[in-house]
Amino acid sequence: MPFFEALEIDKLYGQFKALDKVSIHVPQGSIYGLLGPNGAGKTTLIRIINKITAPDSGELRFRGEKFTREDVQYIGYLPEERGLYKKMKVGEQALYLAQLKGLGKREAMSKLKYWFNRFEMTDWWNKKVEQLSKGMAQKVQFIVTVLHDPKLLIFDEPFSGFDPVNANMLKKEVLELRDKGITIIFSTHDMASVEELCDHITLINKSKTILEGRVDDIREKFKSNSFELIFDGDQEDLKKTINNNAEVLITTGFGSKENVALIKLNSPIKGNDLLKQAMKSVNIHSFRELLPTMNEIFIKAVSQN
Amino acid sequence: MNKINKIIKREYITRVRKRSFIIMTILGPILFAAFMIVPIWLSQLEDSGVKTIAVVEIDSNGNALSTDHFIFKDVIPSNENLNLVYLNNIDTSDIEMLIENTDYYGILVINQKIQYLSQSNVKLYTRKQPSIGIEAHIVKALEDYIYDRNLLSINLSPEKINALKVSVTLQTNKYDKGEFKEQTLVNIKRGIGYASGFLIYFFIFFFGAQVMRGVIEEKTNRIVEVIITSVKPFQLMMGKITGIALVALTQFVIWVVLTLSIYQYALTQFFDRTIPTPTEQSITQNIEEQEIAEIESVQMNAASDQLSEVFSRINVDDMLLIIGSFLFYFMGGYLLYAAMFAAVGSAVDSETDTQQFILPVTIPLIISIMVMINAITNPEGQLVYWFSMIPFTSPVVMMARIPFKPPIEELLLSMSLLIITFIIMTWLAAKIYRVGILMYGKKTSYRELIKWITYRD
Repeated sequence: MPFFEALEIDKLYGQFKALDKVSIHVPQGSIYGLLGPNGAGKTTLIRIINKITAPDSGELRFRGEKFTREDVQYIGYLPEERGLYKKMKVGEQALYLAQLKGLGKREAMSKLKYWFNRFEMTDWWNKKVEQLSKGMAQKVQFIVTVLHDPKLLIFDEPFSGFDPVNANMLKKEVLELRDKGITIIFSTHDMASVEELCDHITLINKSKTILEGRVDDIREKFKSNSFELIFDGDQEDLKKTINNNAEVLITTGFGSKENVALIKLNSPIKGNDLLKQAMKSVNIHSFRELLPTMNEIFIKAVSQN
Repeated sequence: MNKINKIIKREYITRVRKRSFIIMTILGPILFAAFMIVPIWLSQLEDSGVKTIAVVEIDSNGNALSTDHFIFKDVIPSNENLNLVYLNNIDTSDIEMLIENTDYYGILVINQKIQYLSQSNVKLYTRKQPSIGIEAHIVKALEDYIYDRNLLSINLSPEKINALKVSVTLQTNKYDKGEFKEQTLVNIKRGIGYASGFLIYFFIFFFGAQVMRGVIEEKTNRIVEVIITSVKPFQLMMGKITGIALVALTQFVIWVVLTLSIYQYALTQFFDRTIPTPTEQSITQNIEEQEIAEIESVQMNAASDQLSEVFSRINVDDMLLIIGSFLFYFMGGYLLYAAMFAAVGSAVDSETDTQQFILPVTIPLIISIMVMINAITNPEGQLVYWFSMIPFTSPVVMMARIPFKPPIEELLLSMSLLIITFIIMTWLAAKIYRVGILMYGKKTSYRELIKWITYRD
């Protein structure tokens, strides 16, 4: 039973169909990537999940039951367009936002202390937000998002605006939260971070789901029978051996005997066959199958659609 | 409910702690008190010390006369502020020298021609601009004297002359609930109506704009995205409107209390308490007399006694009606307009974009202040009646009618219309608001606003 599900969600804005029968199935404890080009409908779906807006049809299910307004308290949401009151002090503001989430004052204070210590920002407490850098403000927003111990976290483009150091720190935090059993929905364009973090994805394009499943399965599905072969020996020999069945691109390292061949096989031939043939003509240092990157899959799926 | 309280509290606290709020709150009463005290102070300055005016008469050829030949000797009565002396044989050419070298407040030159030719001049030479009171005092005394003399000259006895003098006092009586009621304190009522209507206008404008600015701030900050996952947009909007309403009330109460305290303190501290009480307003037949009466009443009001005494002349029921209606229209008008201001704020990306939507909101407000000014002179005209019923103008216009006790059913109708419109408007505003706060970067049109209203939640 998935931890969280959206089933056949439809949403119309006037004449414009923002979501067309979009479904997601988020397993417990997973990091679930919600991918798609700009305007695909990701933010609309996230707003529906947060009950900011209602779908025209379709259903949300949480732990196997209908997802209600009360259940929103189990969500922590870091929106893409995010901000804070500029003139308000950091601590006061964090406390206010925590209380709006339903935390009591004392509870909120002790949790805030924990997180402010963890991020080494206790001396910001009395600073006004306008005195903070963008990265610092992002940390405050992250804390406010996770403070009330949500069971489901939704991050919309969390890394935009972070410098590499802070982005890395944030990734660490996200993984740590996942390890604690928290389920995370993660909407982004940054495909590198998808490969690093996500185990499941949904790709939405033009308001429709065009791809859904485990990252490994999807990469497997999209693989193009390509291999990387590192060898020393005669390039021409190698080409002769395999050329009829494949496209080959060979590059040679300067001052090195090693050559790298990128080989794309035509369909019926398997990797093992290629290896057998290659062994006959050159010395093989390494051989591996090339899986498509998420970036390639994204572009391919979207352009095919 | 707990969450909306948190929002109200934040809106209230952050605003009340702002430097601009504190400065306004302190400066306001000082200014208001100054408005009330300075005229008194000025009139006291002017009245302090008796002014002496020297009177000179010349014959119809312009020659100097000795006091024995004066016709107008002792005609102008002296009073506590004005003393008149009569100078012998002064030629008009000596006047400049006299003004230079004596401390007479002024020299009054009366050409004896005026007893036959009413248009000829009496000239007053002074170093300073004389007050209207002094001018009126002199003119009236001379006119009365010449008038009486002319009557005497056609052989009317003084008794008959006195009998000829009439003075009409117009006492207005208003028919109300089967009985006639004497109308009193008309000017004070006008003043109360005007002041409260204007205050409501000012507060709606000032604090309505604050609501709008607050909404725009949250939208451009993008914090609204964070908040509406915790609370409904409607709660956020109402929390803001209510919080700012409390700020307005706080400021208002502090203003009233501080203004009255400063005023009272200044009065007891710097002026003696024997300031005359305002006279009953009476409209006399003689127009000149009425002008003088008005001038006097202006001065009286300026030098008015403690406010409490003015209020003590209005009975308690009327007072409660005025205060109750003020609070009702103050809050009702603010709530109605604040909802509209919030909707406008949600539909735009920055304050500079507000213009196209703000006009339909401000025009009824401006109309209401114009009609209210009209209502001061004619509180029961057709125009005023209709605008005191229309909810967009009634908060300001009705306040001008309240001191004159409009029929209770009209008041209730106006109030009910305001409540109903406020509810409908808030509902509409909330519909626009919940869509608007999440729309960025797009110029919004009126057609779009209407489309938003039809969106499902």
